[in-house]
Amino acid sequence: MKVRVKWAKTGVLKFIGHLDVQRYFQKALMRAELPVSFSKGMSPHQIMSFAAPLGLGMTSEGEYADISFDWTYSSEEMLSRINAVMNEGISVLEFKEIDEKEKNCMAVTAAADYLVTFREGYYYKDAFLKRTQPFSMQEKIPIVKKTKRSEKEVDIAPMILDIREYESEPLLPGLPLKQEGIFMKLVTGSAENLKPQLVMEAFCKYLGYDYDPMGFQYHRLETYLKKDGELQPLGSVGWEITEEKHPDEEQKN
Amino acid sequence: MNNLALSDEILLKIEKPVRYIGNEVNMVRKDPEGKIRFAMCFPDVYEIGMSHLGMKIIYDQMNRRDDVYCERVFSPWVDLDKVMREENIPLFALESQDPVFMFDFLAVTIQYEMCYTNILQILDLSQIGIYAKDRREDAPFVIGGGPCTYNPEPLADFFDMFYIGESETVYYDLMDLYKEHKKNGGNRKEFLRKASHIPGIYVPSLYETTYNEDGTIASFEPLYEDVPRTILKQVQMDLTNTFYPEKQIVPYIKVTQDRCVLEIQRGCTRGCRFCQAGMIYRPLRERSLPMLEELAAKGIKGTGNDEISLSSLSSSDYSHLPELCNYLIDNYRSKNINIALPSLRIDAFSLDVMSKVQDVRKSSLTFAPEAGTQRMRDVINKGLTEEVILHGAMEAFKGGWSKVKLYFMMGLPTETEEDIKGIAHLAEKIAMNYYSMDAEYRHGRISVGASASFFVPKPFTPFQWASMCEEDEYKTKAHIVNDEFKIQHNHRSLSFKWHDAKTTVLEGILARGDRRIGKVIYDVYKKGCIYDAWTEFFNYEAWMETMEENGLDYHFYTTRKRELDEIFPWDFIDIGVTKEFLKREWNNAMAEKVTPNCRQKCSGCGAAKFGGGVCYESKSKMGENRCS
Repeated sequence: MKVRVKWAKTGVLKFIGHLDVQRYFQKALMRAELPVSFSKGMSPHQIMSFAAPLGLGMTSEGEYADISFDWTYSSEEMLSRINAVMNEGISVLEFKEIDEKEKNCMAVTAAADYLVTFREGYYYKDAFLKRTQPFSMQEKIPIVKKTKRSEKEVDIAPMILDIREYESEPLLPGLPLKQEGIFMKLVTGSAENLKPQLVMEAFCKYLGYDYDPMGFQYHRLETYLKKDGELQPLGSVGWEITEEKHPDEEQKN
Repeated sequence: MNNLALSDEILLKIEKPVRYIGNEVNMVRKDPEGKIRFAMCFPDVYEIGMSHLGMKIIYDQMNRRDDVYCERVFSPWVDLDKVMREENIPLFALESQDPVFMFDFLAVTIQYEMCYTNILQILDLSQIGIYAKDRREDAPFVIGGGPCTYNPEPLADFFDMFYIGESETVYYDLMDLYKEHKKNGGNRKEFLRKASHIPGIYVPSLYETTYNEDGTIASFEPLYEDVPRTILKQVQMDLTNTFYPEKQIVPYIKVTQDRCVLEIQRGCTRGCRFCQAGMIYRPLRERSLPMLEELAAKGIKGTGNDEISLSSLSSSDYSHLPELCNYLIDNYRSKNINIALPSLRIDAFSLDVMSKVQDVRKSSLTFAPEAGTQRMRDVINKGLTEEVILHGAMEAFKGGWSKVKLYFMMGLPTETEEDIKGIAHLAEKIAMNYYSMDAEYRHGRISVGASASFFVPKPFTPFQWASMCEEDEYKTKAHIVNDEFKIQHNHRSLSFKWHDAKTTVLEGILARGDRRIGKVIYDVYKKGCIYDAWTEFFNYEAWMETMEENGLDYHFYTTRKRELDEIFPWDFIDIGVTKEFLKREWNNAMAEKVTPNCRQKCSGCGAAKFGGGVCYESKSKMGENRCS
């Protein structure tokens, strides 16, 4: 059974890197003694795949992974069993079955929403908020993208799907307070990927400021796939499991 | 969730910030208010320290008391070290993120000599005074433990106390004494004086050393009559009904030992003459099979680790090893949990077990002959013969293995050129035997990897009297062996690696050092040396230069011939094993005479005075005498 889980990563766990989150999940599922499916062979490993990696220092409430199970309890039961062995800082929000034929979440990731907020003591927030619209109206937003090997100028404008002011929202349980900031929807995925940090670097340049990476905090709100030309959350292709389910036995019957 | 000691700005600019944020699964959370605050420190980076079982045992043991909150401290990596100095940030414990200077105790486990400068880094960054004499009344008491405290003298000036023994036994007494002291009032000195009466606690400031003109020790005496003249090692005799951490902390990052470790026994019966662990942890004591089975289950459930490993000095000697291995394989392989075996004596049983838990094509066989010739192995009392190695290897080849690892030492007492060339010859014989097998048994080319370290004489071993070599002699030895490898017929199947000789020399100085070495450690630390155990930071030249500046000749500690009646800096410690026994063993070594292991025949080492363990095992199977 293929399952898509959605989780939030908050607080000090923002300092835990992508690979360590994978190990964290593997161990948590072992602690919960849940029937995860393993690969065959001499060194079996849990069958799981993670969507777009989240950079170190970023929080999120829109993380996804696909995990295979031999069988499962209901979604509600699985959520409570997994969250019981989780540390404060990672909480699983959704547990949905997806079609076996569904492509892995990593492969289908197309976009992500971010909320950029301002760390105290760096920039004057309003300078950014007031100029968000004109910044977004530019036809081209050239920026020098540095890789290990080379530097090249790219235009990131086409990869910014949306950018606007974001007003603060009330505190949701288990999630950080969403302060006033900048909302952006960016192209994300293994083929094409735009990091919110690069957008803020371009924004600083546009405003004539020196870019200080420490000035901003990044929070991912949601990750999307594209279906029939529409962006929709990665979890939207799944469905709730209402009761304990043993697919092997169903086949036998 | 806690506030962190370090800001986002710092955490995002250093490597692996997760080393410093705590908050792992199974971390103990307590309200520190009104509790004895006990900081348990491993003076190396997080990934190394978090792999250490002893620290986990103490963490669990101390936190079982409601009146104690034990937290962890590790060495900040060099990047954070720099930031903390620049911004004057005090070193903190991971749990509460509070500065170490707020604690009542700072306990440091001292596992290897090359971490000594890191201890000074810990004390310095904690802002509690590097020298014990400079510590303020309200500073934590700094207490050292672990194998290196069997010669604590090089570190004597930095510690308020040392604890000589196993943690399970007297730490509670020390906590009780401290509580009483707090209640009744009294200063630092008074507490230390009282602590010195607890068995196993050594308070270095209460002793005085005088030296002979030649630099050897003339006398080592307590300053007061009530302070004990000798410190008796404390031993946990019953290893089954005692502490063992059931819910170990699960680090977020991959640590060196990322698995559930089961310590199956403590001590060793073998009596290898170079091995300190084999002497200081005597007598051998086993944990019961039911306890280990239960711990395996709780360990996996509590951590979610996907691997269990067994730990001990010589696991093949554990009397219930087949039952334990079979239990683990039967119960855990089906749950996709890997069983990591320690290096076992190669025989039909171990090959069978190994073939069940590992991919024989990929895994390698490990032998530790330690020396290249039988003569040399007799000197070091390593009871492994060439026949046994070759036979074991052949059995393994038939079972599908084709990779062999061999561990050796060079620079051993009485060693000749022939002895070290024997390393290459032994490797060659293994390869020859492989190629002499019928083709149906062979699976491509064999690989025999030999690696050699240089021998460092350690306190409380029969070789504590041994002279070391000069650095360039070690190098010459390595090249002789390397050249010998090249002229072997099957040299393309063989490889040879050796350790750094400079590290060996420094380990030698520190291992058998005296109190005068303390100043050298201080000065070299002040020159900026830390992380000496990491080759990229080890600055040998700085050490040697600092030795000279302090008027110390390193030969005194390394190459000098020691007389049998010399007073050693560590002689005030009683490990049970007597100096008489060690002398006898030194003489046996010189006579190339082998001493049987404890289960074959008791050699009267003295460890029987602890009243248990292998010394009192029923010998009916073997038809041997009782221990004397």
